[in-house]
Amino acid sequence: MFVRIATAAAIVAMSTAVIARDYVSIAGSSTVFPFATIVAEKVGQNPKFKTPVVESGGSSVGKKGVCDGVGTEFIDIGNASSRMKVKELDYCDKNGVKLTEIKVGHDGIVLANSKKAPQMKISLSDLGKALTAKVPNPNTNGSVGGMIDNPFKKWSDINPLYPDSEIRVYGPPTTSGTRASFAEIVNEKAFCGKNARVKAMGIKAKSCRAMRTDGAYIEAGEQDNLIVQKLQEDQSAFGIFGFSYLDQNSDTLQGTELSGITPTFDAIAAGKYKASRALYFYVKHQHMGVVPGIAEYMNEWTKHWNEDQILTDTGMIPMPKAERIEMAKRMKDLPVLTAANLK
Amino acid sequence: MTDTPKGALSPKEAAKYVAGSIAARNRSESWFQFWGRSAIALALAFLILLFVGILSQGIPGMFQHYVILEVELHKDRLDPQGNMSEDSLYAGDAGGLVNEAIMRALDDPQGRKQKRAARSIMSSGSALRLNHFLKDNLDLIGQTVTVKFAVDDDIDSFLRGFITRETPDADRRINNAVIAFVDKLSADGRISYEFSDYLFTGSASRNAEIAGIKGALVGSIWTLLVCILIAFPLGVGTAIYLEEIAPKNRFTEIIEININNLAAVPSVVFGIMGLAIFIVFFGLPRSIPLVGGIVLALMTLPTIIISSRAAIRAVPPSIRDAALGVGASRMQTIFHHVIPLAMPGILTGTIIGMAQALGETAPLLMIGMVAFIVDVPSGMLEPATALPVQIFMWADFAERMFIQKTSAAIIVLLAFLITMNAGAIILRKKLERRW
Repeated sequence: MFVRIATAAAIVAMSTAVIARDYVSIAGSSTVFPFATIVAEKVGQNPKFKTPVVESGGSSVGKKGVCDGVGTEFIDIGNASSRMKVKELDYCDKNGVKLTEIKVGHDGIVLANSKKAPQMKISLSDLGKALTAKVPNPNTNGSVGGMIDNPFKKWSDINPLYPDSEIRVYGPPTTSGTRASFAEIVNEKAFCGKNARVKAMGIKAKSCRAMRTDGAYIEAGEQDNLIVQKLQEDQSAFGIFGFSYLDQNSDTLQGTELSGITPTFDAIAAGKYKASRALYFYVKHQHMGVVPGIAEYMNEWTKHWNEDQILTDTGMIPMPKAERIEMAKRMKDLPVLTAANLK
Repeated sequence: MTDTPKGALSPKEAAKYVAGSIAARNRSESWFQFWGRSAIALALAFLILLFVGILSQGIPGMFQHYVILEVELHKDRLDPQGNMSEDSLYAGDAGGLVNEAIMRALDDPQGRKQKRAARSIMSSGSALRLNHFLKDNLDLIGQTVTVKFAVDDDIDSFLRGFITRETPDADRRINNAVIAFVDKLSADGRISYEFSDYLFTGSASRNAEIAGIKGALVGSIWTLLVCILIAFPLGVGTAIYLEEIAPKNRFTEIIEININNLAAVPSVVFGIMGLAIFIVFFGLPRSIPLVGGIVLALMTLPTIIISSRAAIRAVPPSIRDAALGVGASRMQTIFHHVIPLAMPGILTGTIIGMAQALGETAPLLMIGMVAFIVDVPSGMLEPATALPVQIFMWADFAERMFIQKTSAAIIVLLAFLITMNAGAIILRKKLERRW
């Protein structure tokens, strides 16, 4: 009884203390983070608005966080470097959250190593073969065979043309959109999706998304700078991260040529470099007009996302003009994201 | 029978035996001393390595390069509404005036590429700096004045030699045209290298050259203030009750064990609890020092309770007996005699607990204080971050100048910690009484 009264008293005392938030709260992808913070800082220079608060943490944090519920204790905008899935949108619906999806640009996913070592050239499907957790058993006598744990120790085990060094790749953890996109583009689509034997076994390409856990793929946390430092010290290692980090360290690191295309700003912008993904943010309808500055934050993106602007100087790849116009229109119309849009 | 029975030695033999083992026993002592000394030497070596590493990176991080330009303080363009309000200055064209100044200093470069190269030398915070300068020097309006502006972080890295001329043009963050302009500015004596005035007055920024720790420092102070206001009275009160008043039975024993367990709980757990209780259940906003302070207070409570209890226990019972003997009540005994004597120990424990709270980032992650927050918090209900969080975030930014900034911020955090610990020592020495 006493406990119940005490809790009730505490709730009354605290709920009177609930304060309306007067700044935009944003969280999500660590790839979108550097760009979102630039935009947020620009919004804050306008004396009419407080600077939005931007948290990092990974795409899944952004997509789940924005869907957690309606109310100022929840974030207003979720950043993501991989598109929302129907399952994730269901969670939103369950909590009564309505979203609009805004695409802001692209980012290349690069495999890079130190400039002191030679540049590697590898096909996307071989890269998937080197990094996916399970591969078709290479030693079969004509039969279909099964899937086994990835046996390749060295790049040259896959193809003698590749360097005779151990496969050691530093990359982001499971919460990262960079990793999700990499697994989808490289492991799933380029390797398993095109592999005749995987198809013959009747295995879904989607199941190839898992990365190796035997030490060839090393999770280095959401800290891309840590990977950059590791690569500068360890010349035989490779790293997976966003193009902006390669761009900032172009004097010490080099991008690996994937299926004949070197990751450069122009190649990614033109869509020739396949390992790239779109960057999104998801804005909550119910908070528009409640939390001041959301519309201004969105509008601020449109001022900086063109070619030759500050966001591209930092390494973001701009969208084509037509798409930019469409997204700017979306910011005003705020169409509700439905499961049908995501198919 | 010439054999002596086993185990029984004659005094003579025993003396001989002891004399023979002296060397071995001395040897074992000197070995022990050797290991002890080498352990201390190793610890010292690591400490020195740490300090040399941080200081050699961090001291340059406290300095930065500036470019000195003559700017015309054109009244109508800086302050279009004519009232010097924030809005008017924001609408004004300070950026344009800075731009014209750098172009003049570089003898008006022609062509889009050249102009772009010239513009890229200036920090993007230059317009704001000009507005601040204007506010501080209203009497100079209309004149042409000399102002020093920060250079862009890439230029700063180049001037420090981190970006070299030998690197091929295409691989370099700054191209040959920019380098030629920087060389001209240096030759004209317009580049100066001095103590960064952004480090302590600037807040978080994505432009490394204008980023500072003010916001994080103020955030840390607010958070610690909340933390100490909650943790100190609660912790000391609990310690007094458990040590002086509570009966010793199974129930208080369970409480005692659980307080000790609480001290061993990983700090991130307190963050998860803070998120579930204060933000989701009570609906407090994310990222505010109030919630951060409460969470850190819960984390430091066991430290304060345990050290306070030890301090209270160390007060000799004769003092209590004497007080009770001359007719003092239990409360008078505790508050007039025991607590003042235990105070040095209690304060030391509290300050150590606070120092621990100052260095925490993990519990703050969950409640949204690990975030990019530009505005300096003016209260415990405004979004804020903390010093170690700022260090953690700077360490992850891709721009290279943040590496030195990170070390500079670490030096400030260490200085803060050393001051707190020194305070603890001074308080203890001052209040300590011997009996």
